Amino acid sequence: MSLGVLAAEGGEALTLGEPNWFVEHAYVIAILPFLSAALTLFFGKRTPGKGPVYGILAIGAGLVLSLGTVWSFVQGGGPFEHNVEWFTIGPLHMELGIYVDGLTAVMLLVVTAISLMVHIYAVGYMHGDVRYTWFYVVLSLFTGAMLVVVVASNLFQLLVGWEIMGVCSYLLIGHWFEDHANSSSAIKAFITTRIGDVPFMFGIFALVLATGLTTSNIQVIGEEVASGHVSTLLITVSALLLFGGTIGKSAQFPLYVWLPDAMAGPTPVSALIHAATMVAAGIYLVARMFEVFVQADPIALTVVAVIGGITLLLAALLALVQNDIKKVLAYSTISQLAYMVAALGLGEAGYPAALFHLFTHAFFKALLFLGAGSVIHAVHSNDMSDMGGLRKPMPVTYWTFLIGSLALAGVPPLAGFFSKDEIVLVAFDEGTWWLAVVLLVGAAITAFYTTRMVLKTFFGDYRGHAHPHESPGVMTMPLVVLAVATCFVGLLGFAPTGAPFLDWVYFGTEPHEAHFSPLVAGISILVVSIGLWAGWTTYRRYRTPDPIERLGPLYGLLEHKYYLDDLYWRGIVRPIRDPLAAGVYWFNQHVLDGVVNGAATVSRGLASLVSWFDRTVIDGAVNGAGVVAGVFGRGLRTIQTGRVQWYAVALFAGVIVLTVVFVRV
Amino acid sequence: MVRLPLLLIFSALLFSAGIYGVLARRNAVMVLMAIELMLNAVNVNLVAFSAEIQDVGAQVFALFVIAVAAAEVGIGLAIVILLFRNRASINVDEVNLLKW
Amino acid sequence: MTWENSAITIATLLPVVGALGILLVPSEQDRLIRGLGIVVTGAAFVVSVAIAVTYDYDAGGLQFVLDTSWIPVIGARYHVAIDGISMPLYVLTFLLGLLCSVYTWRFVPDPGRTKAFVALTLLLLTGMAGTFIAFDLILFFVFWELVLVPMYFLIGVWGSSNRQYASIKFFLYTLFGSIFMLLGFLALYFEGPEVAGRHTFDLTAITAFGAGGGYGHTFQLIVFGAIALGFAIKVPMWPFHTWLPDAHTEAPTIGSVLLAGIMLKMGTYGFVRIALPVLPDGATAYAPWIGGLAAIAIVYAALACLAQKDLKRLIAFSSVGHMGFVMLGIATLTTIGIQAAIFGMVAHGVITGMLFFCVGSIYDRYHTREISEIGGGMSQSMPKMAGIFAFVAIASLGLPGLAGFWGEVMALLGSFSPNEAAGLDVGLFRVFMVLGGIGTILTAGYFLWMLQRVNMGSLPDRWGASAFRDILTVEWVSWVPLLVLILVLGLVPSIVLNATEPGVNALTSIFGS
Repeated sequence: MSLGVLAAEGGEALTLGEPNWFVEHAYVIAILPFLSAALTLFFGKRTPGKGPVYGILAIGAGLVLSLGTVWSFVQGGGPFEHNVEWFTIGPLHMELGIYVDGLTAVMLLVVTAISLMVHIYAVGYMHGDVRYTWFYVVLSLFTGAMLVVVVASNLFQLLVGWEIMGVCSYLLIGHWFEDHANSSSAIKAFITTRIGDVPFMFGIFALVLATGLTTSNIQVIGEEVASGHVSTLLITVSALLLFGGTIGKSAQFPLYVWLPDAMAGPTPVSALIHAATMVAAGIYLVARMFEVFVQADPIALTVVAVIGGITLLLAALLALVQNDIKKVLAYSTISQLAYMVAALGLGEAGYPAALFHLFTHAFFKALLFLGAGSVIHAVHSNDMSDMGGLRKPMPVTYWTFLIGSLALAGVPPLAGFFSKDEIVLVAFDEGTWWLAVVLLVGAAITAFYTTRMVLKTFFGDYRGHAHPHESPGVMTMPLVVLAVATCFVGLLGFAPTGAPFLDWVYFGTEPHEAHFSPLVAGISILVVSIGLWAGWTTYRRYRTPDPIERLGPLYGLLEHKYYLDDLYWRGIVRPIRDPLAAGVYWFNQHVLDGVVNGAATVSRGLASLVSWFDRTVIDGAVNGAGVVAGVFGRGLRTIQTGRVQWYAVALFAGVIVLTVVFVRV
Repeated sequence: MVRLPLLLIFSALLFSAGIYGVLARRNAVMVLMAIELMLNAVNVNLVAFSAEIQDVGAQVFALFVIAVAAAEVGIGLAIVILLFRNRASINVDEVNLLKW
Repeated sequence: MTWENSAITIATLLPVVGALGILLVPSEQDRLIRGLGIVVTGAAFVVSVAIAVTYDYDAGGLQFVLDTSWIPVIGARYHVAIDGISMPLYVLTFLLGLLCSVYTWRFVPDPGRTKAFVALTLLLLTGMAGTFIAFDLILFFVFWELVLVPMYFLIGVWGSSNRQYASIKFFLYTLFGSIFMLLGFLALYFEGPEVAGRHTFDLTAITAFGAGGGYGHTFQLIVFGAIALGFAIKVPMWPFHTWLPDAHTEAPTIGSVLLAGIMLKMGTYGFVRIALPVLPDGATAYAPWIGGLAAIAIVYAALACLAQKDLKRLIAFSSVGHMGFVMLGIATLTTIGIQAAIFGMVAHGVITGMLFFCVGSIYDRYHTREISEIGGGMSQSMPKMAGIFAFVAIASLGLPGLAGFWGEVMALLGSFSPNEAAGLDVGLFRVFMVLGGIGTILTAGYFLWMLQRVNMGSLPDRWGASAFRDILTVEWVSWVPLLVLILVLGLVPSIVLNATEPGVNALTSIFGS
């Protein structure tokens, strides 16, 4: 079914062209990584380089195809949907299908581009790893799953990809599982996201119910929800339940705790999964199901905005006190994802802003992680107190990392500035002042911790013990590519340049109008400058202890991550895992099984009672009969003489007596 | 046509002779022969009543009795022979092991 | 005798005939006996596949019917047939039977005595397969009870240390339930329809009678309780499950595989085939209770798994939870729920059967099943084994795209919108759904924790000297079909769902769905 004319139904003059070949064959992009994963698994060790070849080829091809898809939308092509029957269960028709619109195309581009960069980068970073081939298998599998999520035309298919991503994330976080901490982090990540996935699944159920249990097709659900036949309560509940999936996957409060721990995985993995793509899937989910959120009671979007606002500040503050460079980036990722969530919470106007931030964030955050990986590769430590002065030995890493950092901080004209500014602008436009203030405060803190990170890593004197050196070309090449992208992708959403991004990705029937407010831009530049200045003055010279510790009680709170992890571990995980589970098992063994064994014991007791009764009473009666018979017998045997003829006499006499008796009668 | 009471009287005499023999004789062979007398008395009875009520069924019984009597004598004589071999006597008074 | 009316009799009785043949072989001919076991189960599997292929899915309904006189005095007949609901379980029985025979080629548990072992396994197969095709209540009961004896000996002779306790418990507990079931069957007989002036045990006649409301309401409540008790113990439903962990822990590997893979499904199959259609009023009255027990089982079993120190016992408890999902699906009385339940049965058979294979082979290498003694690091000593173990565990915790997912998620969906036409309380079932959802989280928790303690980490020094052999050829042969099936069932669930659909639709139409 082609929905090429869907947008024209609004009666507007806007007409969309036919989708091109690439759009109609977008499923190929999603299938290729699965093929490469299978090939790598079975034949990877025999290929030159022992693994990456298939993945790089498949995802490279995917990138080309993705560019073709984006091109269709650049030319004004319309969305495209195609489904094939999968299976039926009762009234529910399951389909496998693709739905490609501008959002899908952009996501395809982001995922394939970052994934390709990471595949290439990891050739250097993972060189010599014990499970090098396996790493590429899972990396390709992950990419395929993410692409399935992106192209999915129905919610169950999306859920399949969603969960496979989760497992790949689990496998990659635990890649170096020899260390107990790493495997624990992997489990934590999986379980925490699954806590969000269960509501997400129930949300799918609710939406499927809204279609009369017939389909989980996203477009059909959208039409159904918009038609007014479905009660607002059901829609609101489903929206909130779906958002549960986002809270888990996109690491929002209160389930963000897994993401910092997920940094236990190899750094390329952190870049791909835990910064650019998988964690963005939660944002993508809300965007894809935005009709549900819009049609729901406004409370749903308010919840989204509030969660975004809370997470944004909490995570940004946590980023201030981290010494592990990857953890700084992890908290900053949470915080940036919260920007997107908050923007989505602003409603239709925030939709393009959120997705534009997703788009730009993917590039600069992947860049930052890969840069951090390059540094870690050089100094063999994650700890920023072992770094410093790396500007000189690692110039390429330094410059690209600086570009990424400035983009993260929101310095114009880099990517982060435009997208973050867009969100602030929407918040002002919508009159959501509290959120606008939160966003700006967050921006200031972001600028501060970014400065701290860069200064501690690249400036001052080298404090470590390794001999830092620039990473090989296979690692710096992706850095350069991503840095270049970071410099320019921001312009795609800049109003004075026509903001083509907004023509591709929009909610409803026509693109949002791009606009630019010099006032808001000025305010945010001011706020960012304050953050940068504060960071520069505080960290210009390296000092121990870290000046941030002067925050006193607040520092203690931040150092303990608001005690949230402790609360979960001591308040939920341990009680369930140890006393509750043990108690249940005790109950099982002693109460339930006790009943069973008790029944057996009672039966055996009863049996011995019966046995005693049998032996003494019943058998006693039998034996008693024998005794009585014996007594009589002893008396009677005296008449047995052994003389047959006497017996015959007695017999004959008997006959005569009987005869007499009978005759007389 | 012999009259029935006559036959019955004959049969009764024969039976009484048999009883006397069984009870009074000490020689085992004689006891066996007395048993034969009793059986044949019964046969006479059977045949007499058969003729009286015109039913051959009783005669069939008589034949059965003859056959059984033959078998009984066969076994009885065998026992007597074994008894003689073991005890060199066929006096039934001396064969009184089967008592308490 | 044509193919049409003899095929399932051939397939079902082939193993027992093979067992008789094996009894004639001298005990010293060890290899010959094991070879014969593979040949016989292989032949039976081929016949069952041929049945599955030649079954006319467009026509649906009962096919390959053979209905002849058996015990005329009591009106019991030899009535066997197969339909879409039985088909997947029937074929799975022979598949697992074959794979177990292959596995036995290399692994005969102590104390050996291959001849008896193989013969009992074959007898067990006949009993299990017969249960799925019997359409006469007495015949069904005979096959049902026939299963007990060989399993009793498999556990009692070839089991591990506490085998006698476990085998007697297994035998008596299930027998206890089947007595009530038999009484229920007799009640169905005496209150049931008359064919040519006589009562009948024929299931098709009784089903038609019962589905049409032939049995009184109070009668249904009592008799459903009795029959359901028999089935519930076999499933096993909480709180009748305590025989299961003991039986599994003590049973030899292939005993566990067949126990988890097939035997537990006899109970759930009984619900779908007999209890629900024959006593619909009873089913609607008991459905909330069954659903509630199922929801408890899911959470309870997951918690109990977290407390396990023995690997095999952990897997055994996980079966209780998975069967909870199956029963939850059945309790919804909806097409989605019951379809999910049947799919869940097949998936659980494949996945948990495979898990028991893995645990058996791990025990073969380590000679211990204590998780703390294994001590982790299996990924280093046996990477392939660890990989397969992780794959199957992840399938068992319900990863989409693998077999375990659809049964669970669709059972929850069924629970989200239970059969309101039958008077089920939607709110109550949604509570069950939430409990089930919590159960899936806990399930992920204990499986991942298990993997962490077995697969991950470094190999403890005490195992340093032992040269563990990674997966052997015989293990590959007996495992690859299951591994492929786990993937295929997850990607193409329609291979089961299409077969079962007409039967399930007919069933749920009784409940007005």
